[in-house]
Amino acid sequence: MSQPVEIFTPQQFHRQAQDALGNPQVRANFRKAMDGLMVKRRDAFAEWQLEELRQLGANIRLRALSRLPDLLEQLEERCEANGIRVHWAEDGEQACRIVTDICQQHGARSVIKGKSMVSEEMHLNAHLDKAGIEALESDLGEYLVQLNEQTPSHIIMPAIHLNTDQISDIMHERTGTERTRDVDTMTAAARAQLRERFMAADVGVSGVNFAVAETGTLCLVENEGNGRMTTTVPPVHVAVTGIEKVVEHLADVPPLYALLTRSATGQHVTTYFNMISSPRRDGEHDGPREVHLVLVDNGRSRIYQDDELLDTLRCIRCGACMNHCPVYTRVGGHTYGTTYPGPIGSILMPHLLGLEATQDLPTASSLCGACGEVCPVKIPIPDLLVRLRREAVGEGEGNVPGAGVKRSTREVAAWKSWQWLATHPSAWRGTTGIIGKLRGLAPEHLGPWTEYRSAPKPAAVSLHTLIKRRRQEDQS
Amino acid sequence: MTPVKLYPSPPEKVYLFGTCLIDMFFPEAGLDAVRLLEREGIEVIFPDDQTCCGQPAYTSGYHNEARAVARAQLGLFPEDWPIIVPSGSCGGMMRKHYPSLFAGTADEARAESVAARVYELTEFLVHVCQLKLEDKGAAEKVAMHTSCSARREMGLADTGPALLAQLGQVDVVEQERAAECCGFGGTFAVRHPQVSAAMVEDKSQAIEAAGAQHFVTSDCGCLMNIGGRLAHRDSGVSGEHIASYLWRRTS
Repeated sequence: MSQPVEIFTPQQFHRQAQDALGNPQVRANFRKAMDGLMVKRRDAFAEWQLEELRQLGANIRLRALSRLPDLLEQLEERCEANGIRVHWAEDGEQACRIVTDICQQHGARSVIKGKSMVSEEMHLNAHLDKAGIEALESDLGEYLVQLNEQTPSHIIMPAIHLNTDQISDIMHERTGTERTRDVDTMTAAARAQLRERFMAADVGVSGVNFAVAETGTLCLVENEGNGRMTTTVPPVHVAVTGIEKVVEHLADVPPLYALLTRSATGQHVTTYFNMISSPRRDGEHDGPREVHLVLVDNGRSRIYQDDELLDTLRCIRCGACMNHCPVYTRVGGHTYGTTYPGPIGSILMPHLLGLEATQDLPTASSLCGACGEVCPVKIPIPDLLVRLRREAVGEGEGNVPGAGVKRSTREVAAWKSWQWLATHPSAWRGTTGIIGKLRGLAPEHLGPWTEYRSAPKPAAVSLHTLIKRRRQEDQS
Repeated sequence: MTPVKLYPSPPEKVYLFGTCLIDMFFPEAGLDAVRLLEREGIEVIFPDDQTCCGQPAYTSGYHNEARAVARAQLGLFPEDWPIIVPSGSCGGMMRKHYPSLFAGTADEARAESVAARVYELTEFLVHVCQLKLEDKGAAEKVAMHTSCSARREMGLADTGPALLAQLGQVDVVEQERAAECCGFGGTFAVRHPQVSAAMVEDKSQAIEAAGAQHFVTSDCGCLMNIGGRLAHRDSGVSGEHIASYLWRRTS
């Protein structure tokens, strides 16, 4: 192995962040990658009316969410009419059982997978493995991450934490590929390895980018062709999606697609855009004989009940918030210990896992607003982070599992004291006056703050006092 | 679409909300803001009972405590004069978050009125005063750090640089990743000190690498964070609030 494989958990964000910061390789890999992606996004949008397009994208998503139950029923009806079998799963466990059952009904031993974050979220590969079914990732990044026994560190670029040398080592050690720094050679080797597996797979599993209610069409955005192979070569195709990915009309797709590809990788279009509307029909030469769609809830309908938190479900999974987040850029995706890392993960994962497991995540942001600024569908991520902080300390509406878990007597007492002082102006002025007089005694060391910064020194005289003196001078 | 803000003519009087960090750590910046405004013929009213806008508790999730402190500020600006805030983050709190914090309460109208009258200092100097500056200082290179709140919550990425650009002897240098956060973020710097330290280190290096002799900022949180980091590593680069810098070079 090129590096020890670690298990990351969301409870450990703090410690994992320290480890990541101490790893120059991780920091350099992420900085370089995110800087590049920021430039690409900026250039891709230069010719566009970006703000108008973002507003259009936000409106499309909001309209779809406002009618979500109806649209899901319409989607089911249209898909079934097209010959796609639709399944509903309340949680990840149930979704895994549905996929496993389909595989077992066909006596499947091997599954080839296109990229699907919801399958990561429900731990599908481990579930299939227990049932004796081997699942192989076919997206190049996912394939490398799987070879390295890791989880994706980014939702668009799963192996972005690895550089060329590390990938060369992994491929050499896990598949016997000759050690090389030549990217084309490595890609060709992976292609050859995967090509055989596409032909041999019994079932193909994919995600869904947009599910169109009007027509019962499943849209899949990809660059490598593995998505098309996964969904056409094996005799059975199972598409898995979160229930929020539904859109109303086919005409809603082009603006969202334009926003998705430009926000994610700076591409105007991707190499492949697949629209799957049925299994193979009579007289057609390719395509699966059976297509299934698994609609996964897994906590989403709970988010849906809350008017403010609902905005989380607008997400089209472009990853731009990660690419622009100064925290994600420093610590990388694994530090979060969650399927979805970065800003979107910090507002989504507390719903899926509860605040006990994810309590550090809503605070893992300086609220700089870069995520909200770049979000193609205008999710107010900073506001939602603050809302989750309220939930964590028990001052929210209590709609998130584990609400109140972070409330501590000590912290409440500190804020109550601050509140008292800041609502008693003469006490406030008295206190700042005393602090100013005692500034010589101000501590040089203030915990972690002064490990990296000189301690701030209170001014000898406060602004209140300066203004008062000035008024007196004017009068004399 | 971002709504277009229509700016009024310069008023006779304004209120100054000094912010708690300026009050305790950088009072001269508050006084320099008063001097800049008075030089434009505007009378500055400083309500003595002001304390803090409530933002630290607000961003930490303690909204009941934040609301109590914010409510104590709402009564301090009874006349219809603009409220000048020499800080993007306190300005953002008052303009953007007061209305939602008091929505549905008896204080909603007062909160809306305060929010509508809040101006960040450089915004007011550029758009309302249409300030013209005459530089009296020596030639030097300066980096501008616009706070994330000024840049993104208030949409004021250009007003600080516009003022510095008027100073004939000042060369405003371009730093790498100018729009990236310095890592202060209020309680973020305390809750995640290592991540915050990595961010402020990169920011400090970028300012030094740009060849700046000083850096100027519109927010005292950033000033304390970046300035504290530069001082800790004995950098020759020092920081200053933009109000103090502008006053010093033009008086």
